Amino acid sequence: MASGFVNWFKFSSPATFYPVARTIGRSAAVIAVILIAIGLYMSFFVAPTDYKQGEGYRIIFVHVPASWMSMFIYVVMAIWAALGLIFNTRLSAMMAQSLAPTGAIFAFLSLWTGSFWGKPMWGTWWVWDARITSELLLFFLYLGYMALRSAFDDPRRGDRASAILLLVGVVNVPIIYYSVQWWNTLHQGATIKLGEESTMDDTMLIAMLIMTLGFWAYSIAVAMMRLRNVILERERSAGWVRQMAGEGL
Amino acid sequence: MAEFFHMGGYALYVWGSFGATALLMIAEPLLLRSRSRQIRQRIMRLARLEQAAQQ
Repeated sequence: MASGFVNWFKFSSPATFYPVARTIGRSAAVIAVILIAIGLYMSFFVAPTDYKQGEGYRIIFVHVPASWMSMFIYVVMAIWAALGLIFNTRLSAMMAQSLAPTGAIFAFLSLWTGSFWGKPMWGTWWVWDARITSELLLFFLYLGYMALRSAFDDPRRGDRASAILLLVGVVNVPIIYYSVQWWNTLHQGATIKLGEESTMDDTMLIAMLIMTLGFWAYSIAVAMMRLRNVILERERSAGWVRQMAGEGL
Repeated sequence: MAEFFHMGGYALYVWGSFGATALLMIAEPLLLRSRSRQIRQRIMRLARLEQAAQQ
């Protein structure tokens, strides 16, 4: 299968990936805008009013995608961290670095929108419930990762130390996911389970999935924007950046 | 229209959630874009200074 062989290591050089990141980022941005526009329209005008929670349930169209993305981005960062430790590629650590603030934003939004759902439905803004507490811990893991990474004068040392933090913290993700089954929590159980039929109205489910795909494309778009910034900052003394600077960046 | 914004009495909660999400998801790419401009300007300024020093 020599014809299908791609030399992935070629792409692990920041200089090669810099223009690729622009193409990926722009395509993802277009997809994100389209999907989120459709998702928002469906969230408000197609999905029916919930018979128990009235219009208040519409919060789930941002709450669930934000929560899923907060967990998913963390796992992707941990994979990049592991690849970076194994292959010692600079780009892997830069990928993790570029995803972190977006993951933190989604973890924050998960807590914020959850709170705005909890107040009218449970009667409280906050409760130290297993799922909410473990999601708060995820938010702190993002902040801790960013603080630790930037605390080193040598960015490569910061990459390695923060990669280990990411890998240790990954244990929290299944805890968040299964918390509603393992503990008796106030947070409701999963409505969408793998391999089971959903108990939701179809249009609600589709709206939620479209919003999730939209958030997913958004994450790729902003991560690629940030990656290009990170590459320029960290490689500013490299020959290829200087050459580009001469041509007017 | 007013009924739509009223959200069946859940206006504060629904718009508080969608509003915060929209705010952050619009602010993030805008901040990244201005940061990108800053970085590129700084690198180009340094490159010009170096060129001037060499001449």
